[in-house]
Amino acid sequence: MNPYWAVLRRDLALALRRKNEVLTAVFFFVVVASLFPLGIGPEMGTLRLIAPGILWVGALLASMLALGRLFAADHQDGSLEQMVLSSASLPGLVAVKILAHWLLSGLPLVLLAPVLALQFDLSAEAIGVLMATLLLGTPLLSLIGSVGAALTLGVRGADVLLSLLVLPLYIPALVFGAGAVQAQTAGLGASAHLSILLAMLLVAALFTPWACAVALRIALE
Amino acid sequence: MTLHFKFWFRFASPQAFYALAGRLWPGLAVLATLLGLWGLWLGLCVAPTDFQQGQAYRIIFVHVPASWMSMVIYMAMAFWALLGLTFNTRLSGMMTQALAPTGALFAFLSLWTGALWGKPMWGAWWVWDARLTSELILFFLYLGFIGLTAAIDDPRRADKAGGLLALVGAINVPIIYFSVRWWNTLHQGASVSMTQGSSMAQTMLTAMLLMALSFWFYAIAVALYRVRTLILVRERNTHWVGELLKTEELSQ
Amino acid sequence: MIWNSLSEFWAMGGYAEYVWGSFGVAALFMAIEVAQVSYERKQTLLRLRMLQGVQEPAMDSHA
Repeated sequence: MNPYWAVLRRDLALALRRKNEVLTAVFFFVVVASLFPLGIGPEMGTLRLIAPGILWVGALLASMLALGRLFAADHQDGSLEQMVLSSASLPGLVAVKILAHWLLSGLPLVLLAPVLALQFDLSAEAIGVLMATLLLGTPLLSLIGSVGAALTLGVRGADVLLSLLVLPLYIPALVFGAGAVQAQTAGLGASAHLSILLAMLLVAALFTPWACAVALRIALE
Repeated sequence: MTLHFKFWFRFASPQAFYALAGRLWPGLAVLATLLGLWGLWLGLCVAPTDFQQGQAYRIIFVHVPASWMSMVIYMAMAFWALLGLTFNTRLSGMMTQALAPTGALFAFLSLWTGALWGKPMWGAWWVWDARLTSELILFFLYLGFIGLTAAIDDPRRADKAGGLLALVGAINVPIIYFSVRWWNTLHQGASVSMTQGSSMAQTMLTAMLLMALSFWFYAIAVALYRVRTLILVRERNTHWVGELLKTEELSQ
Repeated sequence: MIWNSLSEFWAMGGYAEYVWGSFGVAALFMAIEVAQVSYERKQTLLRLRMLQGVQEPAMDSHA
């Protein structure tokens, strides 16, 4: 059987059995997006202004929360080592794991975003751009984050350390993701931002699985 | 050419590098002190007063060199990291770790002096200027590296993981800087201008360069001193360290 | 030399806190770093020698 397909199916099946882990990230996104208006005030003008930033940061943090799950379970039961030792390309297996992870932790955020955006009275076009940026951005965040997850595998205080490691690397995605929605709202058009996000995603898709594989080998030596 | 290669590779041995670093750091420290004093003299007592900014502009003589050094040191770390990951040398990982605290210090000083410069000039302790924001992110990159290498118990794994992180960070620095600049100009943020349009007096430029060189030699001296301690710890089970420890005359 | 007196130099045209706050903190932290690496080396030598059996353990609890 094709090893990549097998890993994908396995990851999806395992995650669906432990649904609460998947739901944590989603729930976090909802909570963050709902708490901010309560903290800032109901003035619609203000909320419309800050919505892109808040929604993007909420999705970013939710995505970061879910990163710890990427390799931890497999590391504990030894299947990660099997993957490293197998004859299948490790970057390929890593890419597949990231895909499964994104399908369960990233894609739900994309689908939830329009609902949450309603709380901020974003226009339909802005919501469209938001979904597009999250569709491009959440896989990008998962890819970048995977390197951090691999580096901190089994390390003390991995969760906090992971956040510190990955935060600077997340900033370009955040700037262009939230910036795209703001540009759309300002009437300037988001095509430039979206192109840059797409370019970053493609570059990351090409290079990060390989970097992540290197990090895994370092962690498992 | 081969002869030169062999000469340099000799210093990849921790023992040889320990001796080399021991001979180099005192001279570098003296150089750093002399250049620093000269730079401070020019910067604080000779350079003319800026017409618009008054005496507060003199902060640039520590702010700019600190910023430059924080970036140069990170590049040096990335260089040693690349060397270490490619050739699997123990020493490269030690040098990367020896440089990090000093780099983090300069990044912090850059932010601190930037704030102290910003307050009298632009009325705020922090402006989301592209360069300052990038410096803050660089500071986080340093902290991340130090945190990761401190958290991993196995020294070889710490070396390699830290090295990979430093490389990934170094590759991302231009991307981060570009995106922060984009973000900044889009929102018409304040721009920290050093000279307010006027050309820099020759003395100011000289003073800044002297301070930069002074910081550079300081950083190298401290890193070499630090790596010597690191080498002793890592190589403690070798014969040469055993012999070294027995010698009484081991002050520096 | 652009200063006419030492008090003028210290005052830095009214910006004394900012200028000396910058140079002072820089000098301070660099001095702390130098002290710290020196201390670290001494402690390392003590500990390694103790492990080797060359050095007697220090009486205080810091070693």
